[in-house]
Amino acid sequence: MEIKKEQNGTALTIKVIGRLDAGSAPELSKELTTALNNVTDLTFDFSELKYIASAGLRVLLVAQKRMNKQGSMKLINVSESVLEVLDMTGFASLMTIA
Amino acid sequence: MEKITVDAVVENLQEVIDFATEKLEARDCPMKASMQLELVIEEIFVNIASYAYHPEIGVATFCMEFEENPSAVLITFIDGGKPYNPLEKDDPDTTLDIGAREIGGLGIFLVKKNVDEISYEYSDGKNILRMKKFF
Repeated sequence: MEIKKEQNGTALTIKVIGRLDAGSAPELSKELTTALNNVTDLTFDFSELKYIASAGLRVLLVAQKRMNKQGSMKLINVSESVLEVLDMTGFASLMTIA
Repeated sequence: MEKITVDAVVENLQEVIDFATEKLEARDCPMKASMQLELVIEEIFVNIASYAYHPEIGVATFCMEFEENPSAVLITFIDGGKPYNPLEKDDPDTTLDIGAREIGGLGIFLVKKNVDEISYEYSDGKNILRMKKFF
C-alpha cells in the first residue's frame, strides 16, 4: 500500500494505492492520527485501491467517527470490488460515496 | 487435496493467499469469486494469527479441494489453538448508525457473506473451519 496526501488549507485528500488489508491498515491508521489534525474536509481517493478487508474498514470507521466531530468525510472513485465490501457491511450507507 | 502449513503470523498471509490464488487460477475460477475468496482467507487467517495461540505462536494449515459440475472449491482452516467457534459470534447490525457501529465483528461477517457453506468443528484438539464456495 502507498499513501499520497494532498493538503489544501483544511481540506485533505488521501489517495490509498494498492491493498488496504491487515498488513497495511495499521500504517494508514497511524498516518491518520496526526494527518487529520485541523482537517475539516477529508476525501479518500480510492481510484487505485484494489482491495479492502475488515482491517481497512475499521480504519475508515474510526476516521468517519472522528470527522463527524470535526467536519466531513467522503470517498471518491470507489472501485466495484471495494464498493461491494462497503455495501455488504452497511458501510455504504454510513459514508458519503461520491 | 492440496495444503500448506505455516506459522500463524500476519506476515505469512501473503504466502497463503498466493498458494490459493495459484490453484484458483489453474481451475479458471472467475476473478470476482477469486477476490471474494482472498477476502475470506485473509479474515480467517488474521483471526487465527491474532487470537488462536496468543501470546504464543502456532501453526495454521490451509487445505483446498475442488469439485466439478457445479464448480466449487472447499477450503479448510485448521489450527491447534484455543477452541473458538467463530460462527457463534453474532453478526454486526449493519443498519445501525455511525455512532452505534462497533469496530469489531466485521471479519467473520464478511466471511459468511462470501461463502456458500460454512461449518465449524473442534476435534482432536483442533479448530476446523470448513467452507464451500461455488464459482
